[in-house]
Amino acid sequence: MSSWPSPPPYSLVGKHGVSPVTSHDDRARFNFLAQLNTHLATNVVPANARAYELKVKPEFEKEHGRAPRDRHEVRRAMLKNSLFQTWSALRRSSMELRQQNGREVVLRQIADLNQRAAALNADSPKLKLDPKFVVPPYIAKVDFHCMPGGYIDELAADDVSAAANYDVGIFATTAGGLGRLNDGAGHALAGWLKKNAPELKPKRILDLGCGMGHSLLPVAQAFPEAEVIAIDVAAPLLRFAHARAKSLDVNNITFIQANAEQVPEPDGSFDLVFTTMFLHETSNTAIKRIINETHRLLRPGGLCLHLEQPQFEGLPPFEQFMRDWDALYNNEPFWTRMHEMDLEALMEAVGFQREKMFVSGAQAVVDETIFGKQKEDVEDYGRKASWHVFGVRK
Amino acid sequence: MSVQAPLDYIPLTGAKPRGKRPYFFDDPAVERVLAITMAVAQEVAVLRERLDTVERLLEKHGGLTRAEIDAYEPDQASATERAEWSRMYIARVLRIVQQEIEALNASPDNNYDLDAKADELGRT
Repeated sequence: MSSWPSPPPYSLVGKHGVSPVTSHDDRARFNFLAQLNTHLATNVVPANARAYELKVKPEFEKEHGRAPRDRHEVRRAMLKNSLFQTWSALRRSSMELRQQNGREVVLRQIADLNQRAAALNADSPKLKLDPKFVVPPYIAKVDFHCMPGGYIDELAADDVSAAANYDVGIFATTAGGLGRLNDGAGHALAGWLKKNAPELKPKRILDLGCGMGHSLLPVAQAFPEAEVIAIDVAAPLLRFAHARAKSLDVNNITFIQANAEQVPEPDGSFDLVFTTMFLHETSNTAIKRIINETHRLLRPGGLCLHLEQPQFEGLPPFEQFMRDWDALYNNEPFWTRMHEMDLEALMEAVGFQREKMFVSGAQAVVDETIFGKQKEDVEDYGRKASWHVFGVRK
Repeated sequence: MSVQAPLDYIPLTGAKPRGKRPYFFDDPAVERVLAITMAVAQEVAVLRERLDTVERLLEKHGGLTRAEIDAYEPDQASATERAEWSRMYIARVLRIVQQEIEALNASPDNNYDLDAKADELGRT
């Protein structure tokens, strides 16, 4: 039986109503980056651990008479290692190429894209933007994962370009690991709910920090009778998310521009509240307020889930150091801070009970005939399309 | 009705993100050359894929001759498309130089230290 290569060609990435038109060369660029990132993850990343064990750690021990105590000591030593330097420079370069490629595709057709989004969004009661909304500084002032202008920059009226760039290039960063519509995390979450909480028949669902909605849609589709509220602070993301959802015929979501620290919804009004890859892009102060909101918004018996990479607690210093890479070198300044927090203590502090908390796992669910199964033995430290599910019942 | 000038997107594609760029090699010049090399490497891959497409289409639909390729002169529209491609190509290969210049010209707040910024924003 023949099968598609891994990573698959970009031409298999799904289209929706606000997909930018890509040329042969655009697709070839994303193909190149998917191959490059796969190569780095498979062939270069593991060599860092080898360099550490064989060279860097023994030299450190010789000099200090002990092993490095924490990831900071590991980093200071590894930064002098030529292999780590080369891998890091290549990974940073790959990320910058990905941004430039995505922006090239999107910005050269920005007027057409914004028009298509505007047509899908016109007069919709399910898109609620607030022109007076003040974006919190921890989002406004950071260009997350090296996106120039971050999530909120608007280069034209009713701009969706920041979101369109995010969407068009995830394929390259994850080497296709999130599937045809970049929705592997959403399918993972929907599958997790079906398996682990079959009794939960949510009437109202809340997604905090929905972004462009790629992880939300499979959950909304899994519960077609539910009313889904999705909030985000960035207008470009919300415009794009609403247009994208509508073009894919998902109509049970209302997108609201709001801050997850202060959600404009009544107490106890949701059966399910979740976040996907969201907490690590908020400040430590904000996380506490957001966790507090999840408790306020859930009805008794309701379920709260957060999809994130594993917390640092208990991981060896070398693995912490590798997982710290994006925080320091890929403009994810809150990544480490969030992964060092004691989430259970935070949840307990706002009123959740410790015995109702759990940590579980979820892996991207994609069309395996095309996108292949996630390789279990390839660890790309923070980039892998599998996550921890941090959950609690109220 | 006011006429809006079309957006010159090419300098925007390689814009520098806020935050100080990390350099990993002892000499930053090595990093600069590597970044340029990787962009060229990408474009070689793009050319190779395009050539492969041409070969496969030719194989399927029948041919053209090398003489035709040698004799080809672009018309105005093709020449414009090719010039635009070249402009983007140069901008891509020299992205790191653009960003170093932007870093040089940027306000101190644009080049903030990410860790210090997270401390500051963590209190917001």
